Amino acid sequence: MSGHSHQEHSHGSVKSYIVGLILSIVLTIIPFGVVMTGSFGTGATLLIIVITAVAQVLVQLVMFMHMNTKADEGWNFMSFVFTVAILVLVIGGSLWIMYHLHLNMMIG
Amino acid sequence: MATDTLKTEGHAHGHDHDHDHHDAAGTKLFGFWVYLMSDLVIFGSLFATYAVLLRGTADGPTPGEIFQLPFILVETFLLLFSSFTYGMAVLAMNAGSVAKVRQWLLITFVLGAAFVGMEVYEFQHLIHEGFGPDKSGFLSAFFTLVGTHGLHVTFGLIWILVMIIQVSKQGLTDVTRPRILCLSLFWHFLDIVWICVFSFVYLMGAL
Repeated sequence: MSGHSHQEHSHGSVKSYIVGLILSIVLTIIPFGVVMTGSFGTGATLLIIVITAVAQVLVQLVMFMHMNTKADEGWNFMSFVFTVAILVLVIGGSLWIMYHLHLNMMIG
Repeated sequence: MATDTLKTEGHAHGHDHDHDHHDAAGTKLFGFWVYLMSDLVIFGSLFATYAVLLRGTADGPTPGEIFQLPFILVETFLLLFSSFTYGMAVLAMNAGSVAKVRQWLLITFVLGAAFVGMEVYEFQHLIHEGFGPDKSGFLSAFFTLVGTHGLHVTFGLIWILVMIIQVSKQGLTDVTRPRILCLSLFWHFLDIVWICVFSFVYLMGAL
């Protein structure tokens, strides 16, 4: 019995999938609308794109992939955090290095 | 993650058995999750490559000149709805309905196939215009990143077809259920990668 309620919680229900879908639709329409109408400046638009993208990734991780900190004693979540750290190093490091390389070589 | 169905389902078999099944399926799902994380690193390095080569247009087109946002918006919704319909397939599996699992998988397949079709059309259109991956560093990185995602979706489509056949022949068993759950992780994962693609490639490129 307790297993059943736990299952509802970690597996989602029709309701949680629909909530995830609606949130995703909203978080998709906002950045597309902002870019296509061009109603904000470049800086604000970039910020809106990044914020809605991160929000939508989190919504889908939780609502669709049911990621949480408890499943498999947290190993799922820990491997995800580790991967995010690797991504920050790879993407951030590449951009940092190549930006300075371009500056020092004066090619861009 | 999605390991608990198997636990509850296993209650019918008694306890020792139940544990074996849960552990085997749970380990399988966790292993698949770790594969997805390594796949994420592949996509991450492709994103980094794209970001570095973004300005290397070599007198070819810039991102803003070749991206058509309404087209991309339709692609995005196709993939998003397919992610949702796959969720419905998992719920149908939890409810034990083979017919509904098949039906939702088929809808997911159609939406995913439409997505891949649109992407192939976009690529073919760009190459036809003379903006193929050989034109500039930017276009090489663009085709590699978006093409790798499209290839993943294509393999996901093949996997969906295989699952439709397996579920039809074998029903929802201890063998087919973990596979459907692994595929659900794969499919949702591809939609999450697509969020990054449309945000950082198409939307930022169109600025």
